[in-house]
Amino acid sequence: MSVVGLAVAALLFGIGTYLILQRLLSRVIIGLGLVSHGANLLIILSGGAAGDPPVLAEGVDPARVADPLPQAMVLTAIVITFGVTAFLLALALRSWLLTGSDAVEDDLEDRRIAQERPTVEQPTVDNDMHEEVTAP
Amino acid sequence: MSWLLPSTIAVPLLGAGLTVLVGRRLLIQRLITAGGVGFVLVAAVIMLVEADAGPPVVAQVGGWPAPAGITLIADRFSAIVLTVSSAMLVAVLGYAVAQLGRDALDWWFHTKYLVLTAGVAMSLLTGDLFNLFVGFEVMLIASYVLLTVKTGPTQIRATMTYVVVNLVASSLFLVVIAFTYGATGTVNLADLALRLQEVDPTVRDGLGLLMLVVFGIKAALFPLFMWLPDSYPTAPTAVTAIFAGLLTKVGVFVIIRTQTLLFAQDGPSTLLLFVAGATMTVGVLGAIAQNDVKRILSFHIVSQIGYMIMGLGFLSVAGLAAAILYISHHIVVKTGLFLVGGLVEAEHGTGALDRTGGLLHRRPVIAALFLPLAFSLAGIPPFSGFVAKLALVQEGVGLGRGIIVAVSLAVGLLTLFSMTKIWSAAFWGEPTESAGRARPGMIGATAAVVTLSLGVALFAQPLAEFSARAAADLLDPTLYITSVLGET
Repeated sequence: MSVVGLAVAALLFGIGTYLILQRLLSRVIIGLGLVSHGANLLIILSGGAAGDPPVLAEGVDPARVADPLPQAMVLTAIVITFGVTAFLLALALRSWLLTGSDAVEDDLEDRRIAQERPTVEQPTVDNDMHEEVTAP
Repeated sequence: MSWLLPSTIAVPLLGAGLTVLVGRRLLIQRLITAGGVGFVLVAAVIMLVEADAGPPVVAQVGGWPAPAGITLIADRFSAIVLTVSSAMLVAVLGYAVAQLGRDALDWWFHTKYLVLTAGVAMSLLTGDLFNLFVGFEVMLIASYVLLTVKTGPTQIRATMTYVVVNLVASSLFLVVIAFTYGATGTVNLADLALRLQEVDPTVRDGLGLLMLVVFGIKAALFPLFMWLPDSYPTAPTAVTAIFAGLLTKVGVFVIIRTQTLLFAQDGPSTLLLFVAGATMTVGVLGAIAQNDVKRILSFHIVSQIGYMIMGLGFLSVAGLAAAILYISHHIVVKTGLFLVGGLVEAEHGTGALDRTGGLLHRRPVIAALFLPLAFSLAGIPPFSGFVAKLALVQEGVGLGRGIIVAVSLAVGLLTLFSMTKIWSAAFWGEPTESAGRARPGMIGATAAVVTLSLGVALFAQPLAEFSARAAADLLDPTLYITSVLGET
C-alpha cells in the first residue's frame, strides 16, 4: 500500500468524522461523503500496486496486471453511496421545508426529561445552528 | 434446486419493478406483492427441506466458480431464518393491506416492501462478504424510504438518526472489506475461512472485532443500540413490525455467521457474553422507563438481542442451537407484539399508556392475542420463549457461566414486569372513549402470527433437534466450505 494513499484516506476519515458530528444535516452529508470516499480509497489500495489493464488477451502477462476485483467493488460502493446521499439530501430539503432548518433536533424524550428537571441548567443551543440558516 | 437461490432475490426485485409499471392499480399491486413474497416463502421452505436432507444448496452466480464469482448458499441456518422471515413478510403484508388501504398507493408501499424482501433474502443467502454489503444496502435503502412514508417532522428526525448511523456503519463495513481483502485477497466467505487461518492472529482478531462492531450497529448491540428505540416507533405499525422482526435479526444472523465461520475460537467468549448481558440489561431497563406501547416494545428488541448473542457467546453446539431456536421464536413473537401494539393504537388513536384502558372488555380478542405473545417474550412455560430460554440457561449452567445465567433470568422477570405494565394500562381499567376500530384484516393477520408462535411452542422438539443440527454445521464448517469450493 502506498503511504500517500493511506495518508489521504486517514485525512478523509478525520475531516469526515468531524463533519458527521455537526448538527446541520447538510454538513453531516458532506462528512458522510468524505468518509465513504476514504473507505473506497482503502478498497482500491487493498488491491495492491497498479499494473497493466486486466484484459485477457495475447501479450498480456497475468503476473503484471492490476487486480480488477477491488475496482469492481469500488464502483458498486460508489453507486450505492451516491443513491443514499441523494436520499439524504432530499431528506434535508424536506426537513428545511417543514421546520425551516435542517438541524437534527433533540430527541423528544430528552426534551421532556429536560423540562421535568428545571433545576438542571439547560445547555445553550450550538451557535452554528443559526449562522447560515435563514427561515424560508 | 440451486436455481431457487438467485430467483429468491430476483423475483421480488422484478416484482418491485412491475408494481411501478402497472401504476396506481391497487389490486394488481397487491397481487404482485403477494406473489413475490409468497414465492420467497415457498422457495425458502423447499431450500430448508433440501438443506436439511443433504448438503447446503449452493449456486455460483453467472456460472463463475467460487472464489472468483459470487456464491449464494442456503445451509440449515440461513434456510430456517429465511423461512421464518418470509412467513412474517407474508403475514405483515396482510396486515398492511388492511391497515394502509388506499394510502399504500400514495406511499408506493408495495414497491418498497418487495425491495426490502429482496434485500433480506440476499443478506441471508449470500456467501460473499461484498455481496453481503450490497444485500444490506438494498435492505436498508428500502427501510429508509419506508420510514419516511409519513413525512412529518418526527419521522424526518427519526430517519435522520437512522440513516446517518447506518451509513457510518456501512462505511466501516467497506473499511473492513478493504482490510480483509488486503490481508487475504478474497471476499468469498468459504475461501476466507481457509485463508484467515494463515493470517497473523493479531490481524485476524482485529478484523473479527471490527466486523463485530459493524454488525453490532446493525443488530443494535450494547453500546451501539441507541438509534433503534428512537427511529422504529415513528413508522406505521406494519412497517415497524417488519423492521422489528427482521432487520436486527439479519444483523444477528451475520454476527453468528462471521464469528463462527471466520473467527471461530475454542470455548466461551467472555467479550460476547459481557456484551450479551449488558445488551439485555440496558434494553429491559429502557423498556421499563417507557410509557408508549411501541417504545416499550422497541427497547425489548434490544434486550432480546442479548439472549441471541448469549447463545453465540457460549460457542458450543448447545449454545448455538439455543441461539438459532431463539432467533426463530423471536422473529415471530416480536412481529406479533408490534402488530398487537398497532391494534391497541388503532383502538385508542394513541399508544401512550396513560390514555389507554379497558380493552379487555371492549375488544377481548385483542387481549387474547396479546397474552400468549407477552408470556412467550418473557419465557413463561409452555410458550415458545420458554423452550429457547431453557436451552440457554441449561447450557450456561453446564458451562459454569453463573453470572450471565443469573442476568438472563432477572431480565426475563423484568420483561414480564414491563409486559404487565402494558396489560394493566391498556387492557384493564375503565374503557376509554373509542377512537376507532381495528379492521378485521389487521386482527386476522395478527392471529395468524400468534398461531405460528404457538406452533413454534408445539413443535419445539423437532425445531430444537433441527437447531442442534444447524449449530453443529456452524461449529464444523467443513461441509460449508467444501460445498462452496468443491472437494480439494
